[in-house]
Amino acid sequence: MQLPDLPAYDLVARLKAREVSALEIVEATLRRIEAVEGRAPSPEPYLPAPGDEAGVHAYISLQPERALDQARAIDARLARGEDPGPLAGVPLSIKDIFCVEGTLSTAGSRMLANYVAPYTATPVARLEAAGAVTLGKVNLDEYTYGSSTESSAFQPSTRNPWDPSRVPGGSSGGSAAAVAAGESALSLGTDTAGSIRQPAAFCGVVGLKPTYGRVSRYGLIAFGSSLDCPGPVARTTRDAALMLGAMAGPDPRDSTAANVPAPDYAAALDGGVRGLRIGLSADYFRIRFPDPETGELRDQTLPDEIAAPVYAAAELLRQAGAEIVPDVPMPNTHLAIPAYFVISRVEAASNLHRFDGVKYGYRTSAPVADLREMYRRTRAEAFGPQPKLRILMGMYVSGAQYAKQYYHRALQVRTLIRRDFEAAFDPNGPFRCDVLLTPTTPTAAFKVGAVYGDSVLMQYADLLTVPANHAGTPGLSIPAGLDGQGLPLGLQLLGRDWDEATLLRVAAAYEQLTAGADWRRRRPAVLA
Amino acid sequence: MSDEITPELFAHLVDLAALALSAEEGEYLRDQLNGQLKAVHELERIPVPDDIPPAAHGVPFLPAIRPDLRADEARTDAGLAERILAQAPEQDEGYFVVPDIPHTDL
Repeated sequence: MQLPDLPAYDLVARLKAREVSALEIVEATLRRIEAVEGRAPSPEPYLPAPGDEAGVHAYISLQPERALDQARAIDARLARGEDPGPLAGVPLSIKDIFCVEGTLSTAGSRMLANYVAPYTATPVARLEAAGAVTLGKVNLDEYTYGSSTESSAFQPSTRNPWDPSRVPGGSSGGSAAAVAAGESALSLGTDTAGSIRQPAAFCGVVGLKPTYGRVSRYGLIAFGSSLDCPGPVARTTRDAALMLGAMAGPDPRDSTAANVPAPDYAAALDGGVRGLRIGLSADYFRIRFPDPETGELRDQTLPDEIAAPVYAAAELLRQAGAEIVPDVPMPNTHLAIPAYFVISRVEAASNLHRFDGVKYGYRTSAPVADLREMYRRTRAEAFGPQPKLRILMGMYVSGAQYAKQYYHRALQVRTLIRRDFEAAFDPNGPFRCDVLLTPTTPTAAFKVGAVYGDSVLMQYADLLTVPANHAGTPGLSIPAGLDGQGLPLGLQLLGRDWDEATLLRVAAAYEQLTAGADWRRRRPAVLA
Repeated sequence: MSDEITPELFAHLVDLAALALSAEEGEYLRDQLNGQLKAVHELERIPVPDDIPPAAHGVPFLPAIRPDLRADEARTDAGLAERILAQAPEQDEGYFVVPDIPHTDL
């Protein structure tokens, strides 16, 4: 196994044992990037070129000199006998929706294609303080608005390392692809409707959406401010635990970062599942989903290929001592996407009004008669179709004459979705679940171009992940095997407020129980 | 069924959103909006009693977990002003420069 394929915790152990230097780790990872990336994504008008369909194209920008300097500093600390931190020398990529001082911070948009951030986001600063080495910024759907990374202004968009004719998922597609291909051991993503968990499932890696408020949003370019959660993308549960531990906790710069102490997540991993109550809900297996041909919503049962690994996992966990709680009702699950279409658009429209060509970012170079025309032309030229759609929808459903019908009702439905979770986890209720176990996605990774352009079908890719964003509760996606075409599938664990530790504990148990499975030895096609 | 977002309503929204769209782009976006609204109407398929409170966020933000207000102390911009102004498309002597602001002479 090469250095770029080792888990973060293993790299840290080898570094501290002086078996390898941080410089060697970073140099090996930069060589891996060189080997698998292909052409760098660019905001220029996209002309397909030979080889585009073979590369991963995860990184929008690389900062190798900055990374090598960080690595040398860690090696120097080790040489002086100092503790270089719990993530010392671990290669890290950052979804390009976070500001990192002195780096291009683009949000995958022409609007910010040349924006250099003057400050660093809190989660990035904390990861670097823990010793992680930032290699660069990775691609995403424009402003995080999508589930395939195809809507980025930076093309070619990221491909799935398991099959580069397919999408990596999104919006943290660059994060999941980079981690799957060994282009970084860890990646910092964000999850507003499933944007960490869905790409993690598509790329066969671990993705954790923490509880809302667990990780500071300071320095995150905002999408849905009541829904956005920064979180880890990693190859192992232990790595995700280490990464969350390094980021979590209150932040004087974000008043929504809650004053809740973060436990030692890594210490929680070995607790096993004996006595835990793991719920299964039919509402996550029988879903209301658009017909790909007609677009009409209809009730469908998830394909056996998607559902079977979840039931198999439940059986393994039962044999390991967990109690399986069947038939936990989550009756409002099917309303989560419709409510999200309203709530997220209102918040997005509000957040996007700051991009006006005045203070930073793009401004039209066309002659304009006045300020209003400058606004219109700037936004027309620099926003892609997804931001435009979200602004228009957000303005419509929050307009004075429509808000009661749409926005207010969506917020009430959010309450109902939250109550589903509260009932499932109520320690005095009939179900008393510690976690819920579900599939992460209704399908495996789809072909590039197969869904993009149909904004309804694309949104429904988040059907099974978005309820936890409404509820604010944590969710974790872990690899659960490969489908008949060799594409990764994900298991999702959903938990109580602030209880990421139990999700990680169940995930670690599942990892151990399946350590010998054949699929765990398979590697992404770009590494074969 | 007729489109919920008619061309006239759409043009009004485009104006409110401070956008300008080509005819082709506008027709695509209007069609997508109408498709999304069909999904949004799922929200009307269940009864929602008036006493269900709206949730502005999921996790209850109780005083026990709310961070203390920071100390009320004066702070400088930490010397960032020049770097922030350097990001402006157009600036002059510490001011952002914009085209003529529409106004009415009284």
